Amino acid sequence: MNDTRDSDLGPVERSLRKIERPDAGAWERVRRQLSERAGAEGLVDVSFERHDSPLGSILLGATDAGLVRVGLPAEGEDAVLGELAERVSPRVLAGSRDSVTRARRQLDEYFEGARRSFDVPLDWQLTRGFRREVLRATALIPYGRTASYREVATDAGRPGAFRAAGTALATNPLPIVVPCHRVLRSGGGVGDYRGGSQAKARLLSLEGAA
Amino acid sequence: MSIEAAHPARDRLPPFERVVELYGPALLRYCAAQVGSERAEDCLQETLLAALRGYRRVREVGAIRSWLYSIAANKAVDLHRGHARAPQPVEDLAPLGASEEPAYRGDALWSKVRELPEKQRQAVTLRYLGDLSHSEIADVMETSQEAARRSVFEGLKRLRKEVSA
Repeated sequence: MNDTRDSDLGPVERSLRKIERPDAGAWERVRRQLSERAGAEGLVDVSFERHDSPLGSILLGATDAGLVRVGLPAEGEDAVLGELAERVSPRVLAGSRDSVTRARRQLDEYFEGARRSFDVPLDWQLTRGFRREVLRATALIPYGRTASYREVATDAGRPGAFRAAGTALATNPLPIVVPCHRVLRSGGGVGDYRGGSQAKARLLSLEGAA
Repeated sequence: MSIEAAHPARDRLPPFERVVELYGPALLRYCAAQVGSERAEDCLQETLLAALRGYRRVREVGAIRSWLYSIAANKAVDLHRGHARAPQPVEDLAPLGASEEPAYRGDALWSKVRELPEKQRQAVTLRYLGDLSHSEIADVMETSQEAARRSVFEGLKRLRKEVSA
């Protein structure tokens, strides 16, 4: 494929390859304007921003309907963006959206201990059926309190389905905002968490629940 | 890294963000070589917007790169035309070609590339700024692989002559 690659590189070819890079400012301007113009034209189905937090960089993705994904550092950005491209739309682009701006401000307040619940429009499309019911029940657990898997399964209408409830929580697309970290194993111990059990323990101690 | 390596699932489109990150910087250099550094940002901007408009219709992940360069090549032509039509202040009326600034500062060779005949300029730019293979260049220029190879070769020959002259 790269037929003439290095075999016959003369001085001209070498200097052609060494062109000076455009200044970083040019690239930044293009990026910023692209997000703005693409957004204004309605070409972006999922906008996302990275947000620095005590847990590390959190990825916040949103559609027109609202916040659709909170990606924790342990999940890896590639995996989160890939999931959004596959399950929502490949038209994923960095850029702001009202719900993301609101979520970022509220996350800062939450991590400072100044906020106990989130008030952001949510897009639930990445979870459905019983799993969605479990997450909706989870969203009602108050700050600083915890529940067991069996309790959220019961609240979601299927008391025996605590394993399925565990799966729902393990695949929560909106961690922190939908506080699945407040659901604990009944035998003690914090249990699994999409963002790692350390992150879960940290959130619980922030809320004074651990 | 190619987009296939970054996204092994060939049938699924990667997030557009990754396309921008992966190919944007090289496309910006390509645009600069085609239309000059002053209009390079516009050229890239229009290219990426057009790409995003058509992105969901892309069927082959492996063809994304040459598809992007085809769009950029068309946008560059549009910008040339628009620029020729637009009324220009007097100080802009210097003769085209020799007096135009190089693609990016400090690179006299690239100003020579911009003086090459259209096909050679395209082919050399795609080859050395876009790092495209001859078959990708052929796709972008809608010609045969052989013709693409020839255009690169002829362009280089001419540049060598210029440089040694």
